[in-house]
Amino acid sequence: MIPELGHFSLILALAVVLLAQSALPLVGASRGRAAWVALARPAALVHFVLIAIAYLCLTIAFVSNDFSVALAAQHSNSALPVHYRVAAVWGNHEGSILLWSLILAGWAVAVALFSRQLPALVVARVIGVMGLVSAGFLLFTLFTSNPFERLLPAAEDGRDLNPLLQDPGMVFHPPLLYMGYVGFSVAFAFAIAALISGRLDSTWARWSRPWTTVAWVFLTLGIALGSAWAYYELGWGGWWFWDPVENASFLPWLAGTALIHSLAVTEKRGGFKMWTVLLAILTFSLSLMGTFLVRSGVLSSVHAFATDPARGIFILSFLFVVIGGSLALFAWRGPRVGVGGMFEPVSREGMLLANNVLLMVATAAVMLGTLYPLVLDALKLGKISVGPPYFNAVFVPLMVPALFLMGIGPVARWKKASVPELAVQLRWAFGASFVAALIAPFLLGKWTPMIGFFLFLASWIVAAVLTTLYQRVRGVPLAQWVQRLATQTGNWYGMLLAHTGVAVFIVGVALVGGYQTEQDLRMDVGSTARVGDYDFKLLGLRDVQGPNYQAVRATFAASSNGLQVGTLEPEKRVYSVSRSPMSEVAIDRGFTRDLYVALGEPLEGGQAWTVRLYVKPFVNWIWGGCVLMALGGLLAVADRRYRLTSRQHTTNTRPAGAVIR
Amino acid sequence: MKRYFVPLVVFVLMAGFLAVGLKLNPREVPSPLINKTAPVFDLPQLHDPGLRVTAEQMKGQVWVLNVFASWCTPCLAEHPYVTQLARQPGVKVIGLNYKDRAEDAKGWLRKHGDPYAAIAVDADGRVGIDYGVYGVPETFVIDKHGVVRHKQIGPITPQALKDDILPMLAKLNG
Amino acid sequence: MVRVLIALACSLAALSAGAQQARPRAEDAALEERVLAIAGELRCLVCQNETIADSRADLAVDLRNQVRDQLRAGKSERDIRDYMVQRYGDFVLYKPPVKPITWLLWIGPFVLLAAMAAWLWRTLRRRKALASAAPLSEAEQQRARILLGQGPK
Repeated sequence: MIPELGHFSLILALAVVLLAQSALPLVGASRGRAAWVALARPAALVHFVLIAIAYLCLTIAFVSNDFSVALAAQHSNSALPVHYRVAAVWGNHEGSILLWSLILAGWAVAVALFSRQLPALVVARVIGVMGLVSAGFLLFTLFTSNPFERLLPAAEDGRDLNPLLQDPGMVFHPPLLYMGYVGFSVAFAFAIAALISGRLDSTWARWSRPWTTVAWVFLTLGIALGSAWAYYELGWGGWWFWDPVENASFLPWLAGTALIHSLAVTEKRGGFKMWTVLLAILTFSLSLMGTFLVRSGVLSSVHAFATDPARGIFILSFLFVVIGGSLALFAWRGPRVGVGGMFEPVSREGMLLANNVLLMVATAAVMLGTLYPLVLDALKLGKISVGPPYFNAVFVPLMVPALFLMGIGPVARWKKASVPELAVQLRWAFGASFVAALIAPFLLGKWTPMIGFFLFLASWIVAAVLTTLYQRVRGVPLAQWVQRLATQTGNWYGMLLAHTGVAVFIVGVALVGGYQTEQDLRMDVGSTARVGDYDFKLLGLRDVQGPNYQAVRATFAASSNGLQVGTLEPEKRVYSVSRSPMSEVAIDRGFTRDLYVALGEPLEGGQAWTVRLYVKPFVNWIWGGCVLMALGGLLAVADRRYRLTSRQHTTNTRPAGAVIR
Repeated sequence: MKRYFVPLVVFVLMAGFLAVGLKLNPREVPSPLINKTAPVFDLPQLHDPGLRVTAEQMKGQVWVLNVFASWCTPCLAEHPYVTQLARQPGVKVIGLNYKDRAEDAKGWLRKHGDPYAAIAVDADGRVGIDYGVYGVPETFVIDKHGVVRHKQIGPITPQALKDDILPMLAKLNG
Repeated sequence: MVRVLIALACSLAALSAGAQQARPRAEDAALEERVLAIAGELRCLVCQNETIADSRADLAVDLRNQVRDQLRAGKSERDIRDYMVQRYGDFVLYKPPVKPITWLLWIGPFVLLAAMAAWLWRTLRRRKALASAAPLSEAEQQRARILLGQGPK
């Protein structure tokens, strides 16, 4: 009964979204029919409720162990802990597509609720476009990926969730990612609305900016969480592999980063209009492309869902319509968007433009590397692999100039900056970073050009942030510094914090890459090993029983210079249903280092084991940096100016900035 | 304003490749040995370890190297077609027993039939590596001059037999 | 069987020696480092999403052993890569070889960067020229003064 209710709810949702949320409001906006335009907001709400009902029905099927629902039979199990049964709903293709639809409907409701100050016409178009995307996903769901398919006769018990996914990281990673991917649909819808209406000005940028930044924050956290999860789940201590599906999530992030920078210029100076519109379309298009790549079987990846050519064809057609349609609209109406103000090559705009270009080329490079094997294969030119050596060799040099500009941009004047002036402002920052890069590596171990260079970049960014702060309080007596700093905007602080996050990230990457030590050993009870500055002693081995697995647990004592530092208990598990062995690593986390222990294979009948021991300096700074970036984004969104709008805009019938038809 | 069309054009191009990609299998690794000399090997025979099986012995006739093992489930699925292949005139089917135990292999053949003219024992998989074997079963078609002409990745299906292997054998036999 | 006995004997000996040191899995740590460095750039054909260094598949272990044996025999990194490519094709290399069909891959991004930079430079210059190429006429200047509240000249 309940699965059928869910299925019916989806069909209703499709009808509502096609008619009431999209067709009528969009046509009404172009024809001036206020009644149709007014349908958009309530329709979005109804649509969301219907999808939520469907999602709830699916969740109930999983939680109540209804194995007559095929999806639950394939991906769940009665012995699976409840919270994982809930997470298992999105741990498969059909369920995750339903989650996409739910989140998309949710964002549309958010736009409906938090856009009181926007003209009804704009809101109708934005919600309408989002509705069209929703319709596409619902059609896809109903025709090729129905989560409510029945399995008759019902299975005795389910085949269990993949053990790799039975983990807290799994609970949060996909929802966060989807909030990000889907959130960019708002900026996309705003861009389409602007192209349709022909109106693109700084007010438009001000409206879309908070939405885009929030989506970016979610995506940043989603990717960081995925990386952190891979780190402890996959057992080899890596945190990024340039796997096609990782790249699929990174592409919209790169484009999204360019977008938020571009929006800043459009909001403040009215410039970069073509860029911003194109980036808004591109970012969401990359989100959709990511969806295609993961589910079509076109690229092989450890992440990929079970593939099906019918699905691949459907999604590709969908991509063709949405992306092709929006880019065609851009080609047709883009020229009317007009150009913004003038600026010198050396100016803040110039640097942000260079930043845009660098990020776009980096995006193109990652896409090229990811798709190249497919291109060659399609042209019958053979099969190659493009892996980390390529991406590291190409991506890093492209990003270095952008990182360098990160220090200069915030200090440069708008419209026209002078190089000598900048040099004077930043000479202290440059000098300090240079010194830091020379000295710090020696303190940590060894000096290599790579480590020195990356530490220079990181210090440069931080020193420039401090310089930027100092510029604001220059000439002001010390007593009034706090007051002066308190009046700076959330936007500004957000930028500084996010940029600092990037520096922290670079430090983490450079130091763990340069100074990580490891040992691959045979150990039996009582033996000790020395890795870096730490000693690891294997105290004992014992068998343990988990809710749906059996395991061997080893207990290690870690010490440094005789002082006990911590206890680590890695496990080797065998899950009862799938019978697949899984190594659960043990990590002693720290601000300046992680101790990482992974069990390998048993030897001598289980009395000894092969063990991999790692000391990873500053590895948590990688994800710490990402968290700082996300916090910076939140600070920027919390800027008072976005919340003052309700008073200003109700009386404003003509928005500021040129209106170009 | 032609430059506004650039993103659309790039996208259409890319979508074209993705469409073609739907028909391809990214996991399949084509063999670099096609049209190159078959790697030499000199291995003991399964049924008579004192005797050797070598690639050299096969020169002058068309032959097929079928990589199999008793622990390999798809090998069982393709076995009837291997047997069918062995019955073709002018073709010798040599088995390469890959990373298997002699006793297990003999038992498997007793149970399911032994279609092979001879079986080479590749206990440590070294010869498999030389042939670029990355999964079991795999089958190679080698011509009279000892040049590899075709590789079947995965089990031999009736389709593969009809469309690829039999025509190839007919062509090589002149 | 012999190996088990030896291992047993070693562990007994170690036990009697008191606080024992764990034995490295590899006999030669320096060699092992080189093995893992090379294996880290080779793709495991079974799992296809891991390197031969990380993968636990049988074939990966066999290939790691091959790398180790060849290094011991004095072969160079390039010899070993050639060996792998001969048998498995370019697919086994995670770093795509630089040959005509991969020129676009390796050079493309940088060419794109140069092209975009050049295009932008031209566009900005052209815009600047357009703006400054049309100075105000006498009548326009008068109007500008009036609007700015400076009164007619």
